Amino acid sequence: MAAESQSTVGYIQHHLTNLTYGKLPAGYERLDSDGKVVEVLDQATWTLAHSGQEASDMGFMAIHVDSMLWSIGLGFLFVLVFARIAKRAHSGVPRGAQNAIEMIIAFIDQSVKDGFHHKNAMIAPMALTIFMWIVLMNTMDLVPVDWIPAFMAWATGDPHFFFKVVPTTDPNVTLGMGFTVFGLMVYFTIAKKGFMGFVKELTLHPFHSPKWYVNLLLIPINFALEAISWISKPISLGLRLFGNMYAGEMIFILIATMFGAGLILGLFAGVLQWAWAVFHILVICLQAFVFMVLTIVYMASAHQIEEEDQFH
Amino acid sequence: MNINLTLIGQSIAFLFFVWFCHAFVWSAIRGMMEEREKQIADGLDAADRAGRDLELAQEKAAKQLREAKAEAAAIIDAANKRSNQIIDEAKESARAEGERLKAAAEAEVEQEVNRAKEVLRSQVAMLALAGAEKVLEASIDESVHKDMVDKLAASL
Repeated sequence: MAAESQSTVGYIQHHLTNLTYGKLPAGYERLDSDGKVVEVLDQATWTLAHSGQEASDMGFMAIHVDSMLWSIGLGFLFVLVFARIAKRAHSGVPRGAQNAIEMIIAFIDQSVKDGFHHKNAMIAPMALTIFMWIVLMNTMDLVPVDWIPAFMAWATGDPHFFFKVVPTTDPNVTLGMGFTVFGLMVYFTIAKKGFMGFVKELTLHPFHSPKWYVNLLLIPINFALEAISWISKPISLGLRLFGNMYAGEMIFILIATMFGAGLILGLFAGVLQWAWAVFHILVICLQAFVFMVLTIVYMASAHQIEEEDQFH
Repeated sequence: MNINLTLIGQSIAFLFFVWFCHAFVWSAIRGMMEEREKQIADGLDAADRAGRDLELAQEKAAKQLREAKAEAAAIIDAANKRSNQIIDEAKESARAEGERLKAAAEAEVEQEVNRAKEVLRSQVAMLALAGAEKVLEASIDESVHKDMVDKLAASL
């Protein structure tokens, strides 16, 4: 029983570990699965991590090869398909794929028009990219959890080969996008209102007094509040998506562990997996949509000029 | 659950895809869709205009029809009048012609009568002369009494 639960834990951990390529420091002791020292590195080395422990020991100087591969691959799938359709698109009667693409574009365009009333040609393409890319990355969730990792293990000949196929279950990916949106927010705020405008936004809200010495007192309070509200935006963006997808993936993995537990449980697991996948279609689209809408809202607030005017 | 370079890699990929989407996807498809929207709007406009034109044309046609009908009625009226007039005239001329013919016939008849009288007169004269000749055969000499008899005949 202990061995079995150990292997279940191992299975789950294996599914939750990224294929990590990074730098191990000099003098690092590499262990095999039984905890014995296999080799000691005599100098800092860039290598693939053989275990979750090694991956975390690599620190920041590491990259999740599988996440990047899938996210960039799916990104290219999105832009190339859309660019191909865009190239052949005509204003006559639309057919087939063009119809589908136009439907998505019209939907995004409407969402942007509803939430963003300023002039910026980058916002709509950004919303489209966010929506389609996240939908595609999330959709990898629906591929049964063992197919691609098992195939990669077979293809590389290494039964412990790590391979996560859903990039959005990697917080690096979701937070990466969240912080990029944050960066663009700061950029557009400064571009639109000037650096002093940005500073004012951080220090003169939400409390404001007409007397300068009162303001002096309020500035630290405002800054603390505003800083929290600003920094919470990218983090909540990234973690919301990550949490949803990670939890969903986790459920899929737990259901998958049931497949080995006899015919009855296996069949039951099959039904569960189907039901969860159906439910997850909703989550996939919803999370992509939420990410997109929040980005639009943040961008709109970055373009909003002189909010305090309306109080005077 | 490690935070590492993947974060930055994803950021770069994100910015690249946004740029790519902006450069090669969005404006092309939106531009095309706007063009189609314009085409459809123009088409609807044209249909609207055509509808209005049709209405106008129908109105015009109806007006012309009404005018034509009125004109035709006037023409028929005039024609009726004219035909009545012609009939009256014809009747009139026929009657005049009849009168004329009748007068001519009467004149001719008169003439015939006169001629017959003339013939008759001469023949009566001859007859009277012959009778008188028979009566007076012995006593009368033609050459002596001819003048007297001719005077008699002329007084018939």
